[in-house]
Amino acid sequence: MSVLKINGQSYTMDADENMPLLWAIRDIAGLTGTKFGCGVAQCGACVVHLDGEAVRSCVTKLSRAEGKSITTIEGLSKNNDHPVQQAWQDIDVPQCGYCHSGQIMSAAVLLRENPNPTDEDIDNAMAGNICRCGTYPRIRKAIHNAAELQRKATKS
Amino acid sequence: MENSGKNKNIKLKKIAIPLTVLLLTGVITAFSYSTTLNSANNYTKVPDIAVKKKDSIASVKAFAKVYSVLMSPRCMNCHPKGDVPLQGDDSHIHTMQPKRGTDGKGLYAMKCANCHQPENTPGLHAPPGNPNWHLPPADMKMVFEGKSSHELAKQLIDPNQNGHKDMKKLIEHADDGLVLAGWKPAQGSKLPPLSHKEFKKAWITWLETGAYAPKK
Repeated sequence: MSVLKINGQSYTMDADENMPLLWAIRDIAGLTGTKFGCGVAQCGACVVHLDGEAVRSCVTKLSRAEGKSITTIEGLSKNNDHPVQQAWQDIDVPQCGYCHSGQIMSAAVLLRENPNPTDEDIDNAMAGNICRCGTYPRIRKAIHNAAELQRKATKS
Repeated sequence: MENSGKNKNIKLKKIAIPLTVLLLTGVITAFSYSTTLNSANNYTKVPDIAVKKKDSIASVKAFAKVYSVLMSPRCMNCHPKGDVPLQGDDSHIHTMQPKRGTDGKGLYAMKCANCHQPENTPGLHAPPGNPNWHLPPADMKMVFEGKSSHELAKQLIDPNQNGHKDMKKLIEHADDGLVLAGWKPAQGSKLPPLSHKEFKKAWITWLETGAYAPKK
């Protein structure tokens, strides 16, 4: 029996400790915002925060996640108003949208650790999140905008 | 009787004090060492305490084995000359271009442990794992890639380039968890050319025979 803390809520699961965290999040907790892409940590669609780090939930076992704080796209903000989410909506970043919960979760870690990222910082942070629609220019623009929103929120 | 005892004590003290000083000097000398480069002989001086018997031929021969392992993908891929690790048996640049970062553990959303789990992930070419997966830090890159055997041998015993390791720590490093991970590669990846036992034996032989660097 595993107990996971996802978005501040405890979930008790009768699941093998070797099960990928992504399975537990989607199929047991029912939080389907996090997507399955490649299953081998190559694409970034499944990124969630584990104690604040942008881990790939498709290769992270339940045993690693137990006792830690897990945040999925559903729990990133209370009203979908995290600066990254706002910027994503303002610029209409997604095309098909499949990869974007992972993109947003990765960008959120970048902005937390570097509130004023350069283009190079964005590349360094986001190179592991693949978008088959090729929305990369809008992703970059949105991250700059999110940084601006975050700065304004901090000042006010 | 009392006077005779006192005299004996004085005599003993006279002998004991210089003897203690001599012994202490010997011990301090034995434990202290320098890593000055001996340009004439192309080797770096190692502490005498670690050297059982200097033997440049045996030492260089042992280092050839050590070098074959250190330059194999399982070791060299995480000792790149740039700030991105290498990957695979052909040592290509790691896909996704994860960067070293200050501490060697990656940057932002691209930290090593975000993909590399405490153990290997099952599946062909899935990420290999270790609880301490990382590159050398930015202030001590410990580059293997592109180094000749001469250059690498000198680098390995220079504390200013080897992660501040003295001889004891260098010998212990053969059993470091991340070194051992080289012999537990991801599915589909080659093992180093020697077994860990053979590598460790060559490593210790190289150090204990004087850690001679092969000629340029």
